[in-house]
Amino acid sequence: MPPREGIYGLLAEFETPGELVRAARQARLDGWRRLDCYSPYPLEEAAEAIGFHRNKVPLLTLIGGLMGLAAMFGLETWVSTLAYPLNIAGRPTYSWPAFIIPAYEWTILFAGLSAAFGMLALNGLPSLYHPLFNAPNFRDGATTDKFFLCLEALDPKFDIVAAKAYLESFAPVLVVEVEY
Amino acid sequence: MATSDLKPKDPELERRIDSATGEFRVIAPGQTFLSVTEKISRIVLTPHTPLGWFALFGLGGAVATVLLVAVLWLFLAGVGIWGITQPVAWGFAIINFVWWIGIGHAGTLISAILLLFKQGWRNSINRFAEAMTIFAVVCAGMFPLIHIGRPWLGYWLLPYPNTMTVWPQFRSPLLWDVFAVSTYATISVVFWYIGMVPDFGTMRDRSTSKLAQYAYGMISLGWRGSVRHWARYETASLLLAGLATPLVLSVHTVISFDFAVAVLPGWHTTIFPPYFVAGAIYSGFAMVLTLAIPLRKFYHLEALVTERHIDNMGKVMLATGFIVAYGYGMEVFMAWYSASHWEFFMMWNRMFGPMGWSYGVLILCNLAIPLTTLWSRRLRTSIPFMFLISIVVNTGMWFERFVIVVTSLYRDFLPSSWGTYRATKWDYMTYVGTLGLFTALFLLFVRFLPMIPMSEIRTMLPGAKIKAKTTAEAGD
Repeated sequence: MPPREGIYGLLAEFETPGELVRAARQARLDGWRRLDCYSPYPLEEAAEAIGFHRNKVPLLTLIGGLMGLAAMFGLETWVSTLAYPLNIAGRPTYSWPAFIIPAYEWTILFAGLSAAFGMLALNGLPSLYHPLFNAPNFRDGATTDKFFLCLEALDPKFDIVAAKAYLESFAPVLVVEVEY
Repeated sequence: MATSDLKPKDPELERRIDSATGEFRVIAPGQTFLSVTEKISRIVLTPHTPLGWFALFGLGGAVATVLLVAVLWLFLAGVGIWGITQPVAWGFAIINFVWWIGIGHAGTLISAILLLFKQGWRNSINRFAEAMTIFAVVCAGMFPLIHIGRPWLGYWLLPYPNTMTVWPQFRSPLLWDVFAVSTYATISVVFWYIGMVPDFGTMRDRSTSKLAQYAYGMISLGWRGSVRHWARYETASLLLAGLATPLVLSVHTVISFDFAVAVLPGWHTTIFPPYFVAGAIYSGFAMVLTLAIPLRKFYHLEALVTERHIDNMGKVMLATGFIVAYGYGMEVFMAWYSASHWEFFMMWNRMFGPMGWSYGVLILCNLAIPLTTLWSRRLRTSIPFMFLISIVVNTGMWFERFVIVVTSLYRDFLPSSWGTYRATKWDYMTYVGTLGLFTALFLLFVRFLPMIPMSEIRTMLPGAKIKAKTTAEAGD
């Protein structure tokens, strides 16, 4: 469990995405590992800069899709051959071509739900509270027009004075301490 | 560019054209992150609801009440109050079902297919196009349910273990429809909601009233814009788009199977799936225009929903309109080429029989008017004209479903079983009522939810580009 009191980290505010990416890349190069960037729109370069290249959403989606496919095709086969076989115009009870369509729909249904809820779960959302919301300038800008770099206190390199001076060297608008 | 030098220099036009591409600008110049956020979130967060909104909502609500009355009487009296009879057992309910579902498809097309094709211009219109999809599916889904006669037993359509030990029949297209439409509704809602989560974060942070902060705070799920979250979010959005694309094509295909699998002249044809999908997109884009044109005017969003959008939607309608025209042509050709007496008679009867007027309306509204005029860029960027054409196409597409359902059914194989179809006032009330329901739901959406995706608009602004110099420096 992370500590629940004291300092969560140091938050530097930038005006442009370019400055954020430059700072994040440098911090990563300088050995920072517990750091994160915040931007009001998807900023791929910043994710790359802090070493976040891959995610597991596609895998979850694939698993979900296969489960949907297997579940519906299995259900159709079981219902039509064992549970309730019906003679419809003399067609075989195991009419697999007709079963493809509901199975196809459920593949998409399960895959889509897995992608959406899997993404939320991997992101740790919903989490209505986060220490960053305590920072006075975070909510003014992070979802509108400002770019933030956060060095977290859990990083072994973290020393409040040194880290603050380090962030100041990137010439941000502001550096603030974020408390739990 | 050499070609752009040859064009006449009209300063007003120059301002609206992006010199880099020679196309109309997607977003008018001079917008910043803050200005677009302000512009879009203010519509929702303002305490002053425009009077026009109340007027329209009142109208929509009043018309939706007509639906309530019609459905209430239907539940009390049964489907006998409708005009359906033998041989036309599928009347307005199925026409409206197909029409509404088709309208919904443009929303998915805009949000999913155009995302996959990296059509940045879609970003301004995708949110309300998706909302349109969901409300259209709500209106559509109601019709089969109330058409089954005993809607309180609608859950019998689903496969579930029951004391009757009865299971659904999976070889029927009508059951395929249950899965197609329910999946479509679910995935559309999820895609729409996930797309709005970052914007809810913005609304939470920009709202000043406690209630709004709580409400948007809850539905934003605590979104804070971490780039790790954004990376997964982008992957999930692309995957959802990739899944919604085959889904939307399959939904109208399955709906066309309801007809095409039946052995009935006028229905039993292999052209139906692609022709239904194209028709759905055609009418859906028309409905997007019907909604977008008044909205951008009313909320002064001309800088975000520009001529480029209207122009591009006109082009999509032109393309899908021609696929629809091909479908009509192929139906006529096959009626002749099949050498089937029944097919030939059906087509003759459809064109020149007692209900031939509906075929005439269809050709006029879907082919004659739009497909001749949409070629002109001047007309495609004329806002009043495009509004008019959107109404014309929506009318035409409703008549297309009328023609398919009614004119194939009312004179079948045996002249002794021929009949006709006359919709009753309850049919009209139900149909018009869904228009009111749709309007009311849509107005609630524009009042309470951000109708243009702010996070996606931000990516298209000049400030979002990371300047090459900065990146190069950082790379050193």
